[in-house]
Amino acid sequence: MNERPSLSGAAPVSFTLNGIARTVVTAPGERLSEVVRRGLGLTGTKVGCNAGDCGACTVLMDGAQVCACMVAARQAEGRSMVSIEGLAELPLGRALQAAFHRHDAAQCGICTPGMLMAAADVLSRHASPDRQTVMDAMGGVLCRCTGYLKIVDAVLDVAQAGLQTKGSGARPGEAVGQRVLRLDGAPKLTGEALYGDDGAPADALWLKAIRSPHAHARFSLGDLAPFLTRHPGIVRVFTAGDVPGENAFGIYPDLKDQPVFGEGIVRHRGEAVLALAGTRAALEAVQIADLPITWEPLPGLHGVQAALAEGAPAIHAGKPDNVLTRGVVACGQPEAARANAAHIAEGTFETSFVEHAYIEPEAGYARRVGDRMEIHACTQAPMMDRDEVARVLGLAREHVRIVPTACGGGFGGKLDVSLQPMLAVAAWHLDRPVRCVYERIESMASTTKRHPARIRARASCDAAGRLVSYELDGDFNTGAYASWGPTVAGRVPVHAAGPYRVPHVRNRARAVYTNDTPAGAFRGFGVPQAAIAHEALLDDLAEQAGIDRLELRHRNALRAGDTTPTGQVLGASAGLVACLDALRPRWQALLSDAAAFNAWSHALRRGLGIGCMWYGIGNTGLSNPSTMRLTLARDGTLTFWNGAVDIGQGSTTVLTQIAADALGLPVSAFRLVVGDTDVTFDAGKTSASRQTFVSGKAAQLAGEALRTRILRLTNAGPGARLDLDGARLIVADGGEQTVVDLAQLPAAGDGIVLEGVGTFDPPTTPLDAKGQGIPYATYGFAAQIASVDVDLGLGTVKVRRIVAAHDVGRAINPALVEGQIHGGIAQGLGLALMEEFIPGRTENLHDYLIPTFGDMPEIEVHLIEDREPLGPYGAKGIGEPALIPTAPAILGAIRHATGVTIRKVPALPHRVHAALAAAGKAVEF
Amino acid sequence: MGLYLRPTALADALAALADPKLAHSPARIDRLTVLAGGTDFYPAQAARAAWLEATPRNVIDISGITELKGIREDASGLTFGALTTWSDIADAALPHAFDGLKLAAREVGGQQVQNRGTIAGNLCNASPAADGVPPLLTLDAVVNIASARGRRSVPLAAFITGNRQTVLAADELVTSIHVPAPAPGARATFLKLGARAYLVISIVAVAAVVTVGADGCIARAAIAVGACSAVPQRLAHLERDLAGLASADAVEVVAARHMAALAPIDDVRGSAAYRRQAALVVTRRALMQCLAVAAEAAA
Repeated sequence: MNERPSLSGAAPVSFTLNGIARTVVTAPGERLSEVVRRGLGLTGTKVGCNAGDCGACTVLMDGAQVCACMVAARQAEGRSMVSIEGLAELPLGRALQAAFHRHDAAQCGICTPGMLMAAADVLSRHASPDRQTVMDAMGGVLCRCTGYLKIVDAVLDVAQAGLQTKGSGARPGEAVGQRVLRLDGAPKLTGEALYGDDGAPADALWLKAIRSPHAHARFSLGDLAPFLTRHPGIVRVFTAGDVPGENAFGIYPDLKDQPVFGEGIVRHRGEAVLALAGTRAALEAVQIADLPITWEPLPGLHGVQAALAEGAPAIHAGKPDNVLTRGVVACGQPEAARANAAHIAEGTFETSFVEHAYIEPEAGYARRVGDRMEIHACTQAPMMDRDEVARVLGLAREHVRIVPTACGGGFGGKLDVSLQPMLAVAAWHLDRPVRCVYERIESMASTTKRHPARIRARASCDAAGRLVSYELDGDFNTGAYASWGPTVAGRVPVHAAGPYRVPHVRNRARAVYTNDTPAGAFRGFGVPQAAIAHEALLDDLAEQAGIDRLELRHRNALRAGDTTPTGQVLGASAGLVACLDALRPRWQALLSDAAAFNAWSHALRRGLGIGCMWYGIGNTGLSNPSTMRLTLARDGTLTFWNGAVDIGQGSTTVLTQIAADALGLPVSAFRLVVGDTDVTFDAGKTSASRQTFVSGKAAQLAGEALRTRILRLTNAGPGARLDLDGARLIVADGGEQTVVDLAQLPAAGDGIVLEGVGTFDPPTTPLDAKGQGIPYATYGFAAQIASVDVDLGLGTVKVRRIVAAHDVGRAINPALVEGQIHGGIAQGLGLALMEEFIPGRTENLHDYLIPTFGDMPEIEVHLIEDREPLGPYGAKGIGEPALIPTAPAILGAIRHATGVTIRKVPALPHRVHAALAAAGKAVEF
Repeated sequence: MGLYLRPTALADALAALADPKLAHSPARIDRLTVLAGGTDFYPAQAARAAWLEATPRNVIDISGITELKGIREDASGLTFGALTTWSDIADAALPHAFDGLKLAAREVGGQQVQNRGTIAGNLCNASPAADGVPPLLTLDAVVNIASARGRRSVPLAAFITGNRQTVLAADELVTSIHVPAPAPGARATFLKLGARAYLVISIVAVAAVVTVGADGCIARAAIAVGACSAVPQRLAHLERDLAGLASADAVEVVAARHMAALAPIDDVRGSAAYRRQAALVVTRRALMQCLAVAAEAAA
């Protein structure tokens, strides 16, 4: 029997969810994920792609894992389902959540509900699964943060109860250096954390951007009235003319070149031309043919060569040659020095667009509160979002409030505004809440990418292998709009010679406009691309000079006291030598292992590579201060007002550990307020590996300031011990104990009786015309070894092992540092082997590949702690350094295994195979 | 979306599909679209919706039709109900000749997809890279089709006619896939080449079913290659050349000319030239694996 078909479509469906019988009216074909999230309000189930490519929406249906986005809600009729909200009721549910917490298996947390449900599935089928079984069962869920290893460990821990790791609640004054469990971790494990698409008011309208399918086109809009008549659920259409302020945004004050809505022309595929506000159903019913948009496609400039070609049209007036910006670092006389060098290596290298692929697409809502605008969205840079929205609305910045939601991954991609300006425009006019979530394809087609690079570089050394010169010319495809292009062009020349002493340098980089997707910030700002070049050339020089590759790097490594190509003398904390020393025994052992393997293996060849890097922490030669605030209220509430957004890397935990030790109270005593621009000071953006170093120092200063006030109040000495017991603050100094009754202290209007504020701006100087100056106050250093097997028949590369040594100054929280390194390696592996965004072609997560569980190598981490005197307790950053050495190490290993150098990444199987075939190395079995 | 039908009896489904308004609507978008596991339907919908292109309006959800479920075995062979999922196949106790199909079952998307995606859906979606197709080709699978007009059976090799094209008429439904009883000694494998470990569309996929006689010679070899032509195909030439060969010599015989029937394309996953070469290498490896177990079975 057919169900009573109803042409209006809606029909009830009854099922059991988390043990509760539910009946919900659903639209025809409505996805189960929508019914669970929007119909039932259970937003713990996340939607990452709506295509079965990411597994974020995994729930259990009659005990088996399914993607809720690919189940028709009506197929749930009579079925029993469990979502993350019901996980704790399953036999091993709580144990899994606890293990994920203990192992730090959830970073940003957006994949975590899906991961946990897949884990529950595997443990219900296998009493004691091995690693492979766990990976096979969970291989349908993608994670972009963790590198997966800690997730497998957590699942095995529950299965075997044998892999217990240490996590600790540290005692007062001893939080720094401890594996303090993520303070914002618990809600990520229960589905309670609210991300961009999870918390909008019930009465919010929906907003949908209409985007250009053309990379370059003129367009005109016809009469919209008939369209609105045909679609009564659409409340209003917004176009460029509806922007109350400036129809422009962009990272740099002088480069606001990106429109909220195109004005008669679009410069890249995916550019928004208008937006529709209405009910969700009405928006879903709109087809592109309904809209009176006339497109006149124009020839586009794709790739930097086309944009730089003689006679190429200018994409932006004012940049006739399509060069957005140039960066240079020059010292010594590279040409003359090179002429006398013993060995010279040179090469051309090419990298591709890389997509951030955070599993949470852009999402949020805006609401107008009187004459103020409030935006709740996932972001990495709330203060910058505030200023952008204020400009677009024509408001004073104080009239905009940004409340960051939980952020399901960023990696640089959420440093630019995306939907914030258009949400603000819509909510401003409609005076009611408006929400928006990007579809995966929309997110990939329209938001920023890693810059594709074309690099020509030359390095020389003397007979002893000491580097003499380095010269680089790099063109970086910045796409249609500036975004962070100037940052890339500025950062690359500083770092391009690698973490080495090089007396003669001339590095030049250009950011070039094209009609491709805008390229912006992505973990490393061009340095990962440049590192591929310098490490390949160092391998060349090692070969020419007959020196072991690790030893050559050791010989040239920057040390404290050395001068960098910008003329900066490194005062301290340059731990590359220590990193290489830590790796040396593993290098030797793995070289032997590769030789032994290759002695009998035919089609599979094993190779070893090494990559080194340095990375300036914070903005390049620009002020980038952070201010942190601690308060004690008369009721004894100790609040940490922290404007640094935690995008999963763990700053909320790390900064609290620092503040706790500086103040002398335990981490558990703190109430945390994170990121709301109305109530926190500007901590700067979460980028450039700067939060631990810059905001960490500010947190330390804030803690010390509050401590000083307390000690003064009680006349206690610097070694006094603090205790907080309700409103009683106990200060014990030697034998003496003073109790401060906070309730008796004079309070400000908000009940605050004591306050400590700390500000830190790393000391730098701007670079001059030759790129000379002090661009960064400190640098992270690292070296990684990769061991890979290359299949000579198919050109496939399997990374077996990465040994990573990172100088982090001081590991405030070693578990979180390891997490950054694992995740960075995963992204570096993707950059090296599989990730290639092609506008219009790889705009989804099945054509665009990121590493899965099964692609990860084993990872050994060596933490080097060469203390940075400026940093909090000696710490500096790790976010970007984690990724940079991986691709060079892998490419070096491919070369060691096969003798073939890959100069274009990703090293997809067909590219590796072509190189093997050209070198006569390919086999046919 | 307009109509959402969820019949529980095959006859009702066929009657709905026979409705001239729906089956023969001039606008393809108005025709009934068949939904089963949803693992192709929803991704296709997401791809179209992203650019505001029309998505199917009317759906017939066949997932509630009990007659289309289950794996049945009789003297003539094995019959997989259209709604048999890849996990059903992976978990079923099947003769060794189905080992390739079972390996492929664990390569179709992630386990979430395997738990929902159906064998008939994989065939009807007719992707050149469908991992289910090469093993079923090597098993000489036959597609059983029903409509209100009657029933017919079409060999799989004739069922898929092109990239995303089949012989299925608008009023027809695949009811089951029949696989003739394989030789007891037949052994099978499936090798997939992709650019990552899980959740990956094949660059090349090779399935092989081989039977080795007591004399150590190949009694029958069936080899199919996916993702290297619009429709995955058997390597008939190679199969003929392998028949009767001593299994120890067989791999040497596989040559580039055996790949001549393939028509690979350049795409983001690989170049045509690479695919052709990789097909040769993967075929050799698949055959090697298969021969090893088949020879063991014969001994």
